[in-house]
Amino acid sequence: MRVIVWLVEGTWPACVDAVRTHARDASEVTLLHVTEPGTAGLAHGAFAGLLGRAGSEPDPERRLVELGGTSAAELLDAAGARLGRPCTRLERTGRVEREVVAAAEGAGLLIVARDGDRSRLGPHSLGRAARFVVDHAPCPVLLVWPEGAPELTTMPPPPPHHR
Amino acid sequence: MLAWAVIRPRGWPEAALAVPAALVVIATGAISLDHARAEAEQLGPVVGFLAAVLVLAHFCDVEGLFQACGAWMARWSAGRPVRLLTAVFALASVITAVLSLDATVVLLTPVVFATAARSGVRAKPHVYACTHLSNTASLLLPVSNLTNLLAFAASGLGFTRFAALMVLPWLVAIGAEYLVFRRFFARDLSSAAPGSKDTGEPPRLPLFALVTVGCTLAGFVLTSAVGVDPAWAACAGALVLAGRALARRQATALTVVKAAAPAFLAFVLALGIVVRAVVDNGLADALGHVLPSGTGLPALLGIAALAAVLANLINNLPAVLVLLPLATADGPGAVLAVLLGVNIGPNLTYAGSLATLLWRRIVHQHDHGVDIGEFTRLGLLAVPVALGGAVVALWGSLQVIGI
Repeated sequence: MRVIVWLVEGTWPACVDAVRTHARDASEVTLLHVTEPGTAGLAHGAFAGLLGRAGSEPDPERRLVELGGTSAAELLDAAGARLGRPCTRLERTGRVEREVVAAAEGAGLLIVARDGDRSRLGPHSLGRAARFVVDHAPCPVLLVWPEGAPELTTMPPPPPHHR
Repeated sequence: MLAWAVIRPRGWPEAALAVPAALVVIATGAISLDHARAEAEQLGPVVGFLAAVLVLAHFCDVEGLFQACGAWMARWSAGRPVRLLTAVFALASVITAVLSLDATVVLLTPVVFATAARSGVRAKPHVYACTHLSNTASLLLPVSNLTNLLAFAASGLGFTRFAALMVLPWLVAIGAEYLVFRRFFARDLSSAAPGSKDTGEPPRLPLFALVTVGCTLAGFVLTSAVGVDPAWAACAGALVLAGRALARRQATALTVVKAAAPAFLAFVLALGIVVRAVVDNGLADALGHVLPSGTGLPALLGIAALAAVLANLINNLPAVLVLLPLATADGPGAVLAVLLGVNIGPNLTYAGSLATLLWRRIVHQHDHGVDIGEFTRLGLLAVPVALGGAVVALWGSLQVIGI
C-alpha cells in the first residue's frame, strides 16, 4: 500500500506519527509538502505599491521564494527523521488543496491533519484546504487531530426538535 | 506618465520617463517656470530627507539590525503563532515609523518570513501583517512615508507637533489592524508548532545602529525645536552609519550612492512637477468641489475617505500630490486627514492601487499566486475600521493639542 502524508507547518508531526501507528504495513511512504506561491506574491504586491522604487531597491518576492524553498526542504528533512524509515519526498508549489488531491491519485491512503478550530468536535475543525481535500480525495483518507481529539463534551447539543 | 510608471516597459526605471515628462511640461508652458521652481524648491529638501532615511535603513541592515529583529521575534514567540504576530506588529510598527515603509517592505518582510518558517509557524498572517503595517504604521513621523514628507513640507507643522498629533491615530489604527488580524487569521494562528523549539542563535545586539537611530530621533526633536530643518539630523545619522561601513570596508562610495536610490529621487522630483502642471490645468477646480472643507469631524472623515479612494485608484503618491495643494488651504488638520486616507487606504487593493493591479495583470501575464479575494476581504474589514478610528483619534488630538 502506498501512503501519502500531507505535511503542513505546525501540524505535521501528528501526520508522521499516524504513519507509525496506523499504516505500519505501508509498502511506500511519500511525504508531501505544498508551498503556496501567494505568500511571496504578497511581498511583491507591497513592493509594487511603492511607486518609483523599481530598480532602486530589490523586490522582496525573490528572497521569499528562496527562503520558502529552504524551509520546505527543512520541514521534509525533519519529517523524514521523525518517520525513521525510508520514504519519498515530494515538494510541490501551487494551490495547496488541488496539489494534494492530484498527488493522492492512485494512493492506498492519504493522511491529513485537521486545520481548523481544534478546540471542539465539529465541522469547523476542518479549514478550507482540508475540507476540499477530504471532499475530493480520490483515495481513502485518514484524518488526524494534531494535538489529540477534544473531549466528547465539546460536541454541540442536538437541535431542539430532535430531542 | 502615471501609466508608464505603473507598466514600466522593458523594466525601465520610472524616472526614465518622468524626468523627460517634467521637462516637456515646463517647455510647453503647461506649468509656469515660477511654479516649477517653487515646486522644485519645496521638493528639494524632501528628496534630501528621503535619501538620508533610505541610506540610514540600508546601513542598519548592514549592521545586522534586521537579522537581530528576526532572532528577537523567534525567541520571544517560541513557536507560538499569536505571540509571533504580536512581535511582528510591534517591530513592523516601530521600523515603519522610524526607518520608513520601504524598510519594512524590502528589509523586514523577508526576515519575518524566514522567522515564521524556522519556527514552524504558517507565514501568511505574518507576511500580511508586514504589508498592512507598512501602510498603516507609516502615520507617526514625517520620515515614515514619502507621502508624510511631502505633506510635512506643505503643512508648516514642526516635526514634534506632527508626531504629537499623529501618535494617537497611529496607535488606534495599529490596534484596529491587530484586532482584525486576530479574528481574520484565527485558524492559521491556532496551529502551534509542537516540538519546534528552535529559537536560533542568541542575537548579537546591533548597538551602534540602535544608538545612531536613537540619536537621529533625538536630533529630529532638537532640530525642530531650534528651527533647523530636521532633514539635517537624518543626514547626520545616515553619514555616521555610512561612514562606519566605509571605514570597515563593508561599503564603497558607490554602494552609499546606490542606497540613496538616485533614480527614485529623480522620479519624485519629476512626478511633483508633472502633477503640479496637471493640478494647475483644471484638476484643482474639479477636485475642489468634491473635497469637503473645514476641520470638523465630518469634514475630516470626508477628506480621509476621498483620499483613500483616490489612492486606491491611482496610487497614493500622485494622490497626495494632487490633494495637498487643496487641503493646505484648510490647514494642517485637513492635511493630516489626507495622510490618514492615502496611507491606510492602499491596504484595500493588491499592489496599492487599481491602476497598478490592472496594468500589471494585463501587461505581465505572470501570476503571483495571490488570492486577490482574500486580500480584498481583509482590506474591506481592516481599512474602514482603522481609517475611521484613526480619523476620530486625529480629531480628538486636534481638539486637545490644537494646531
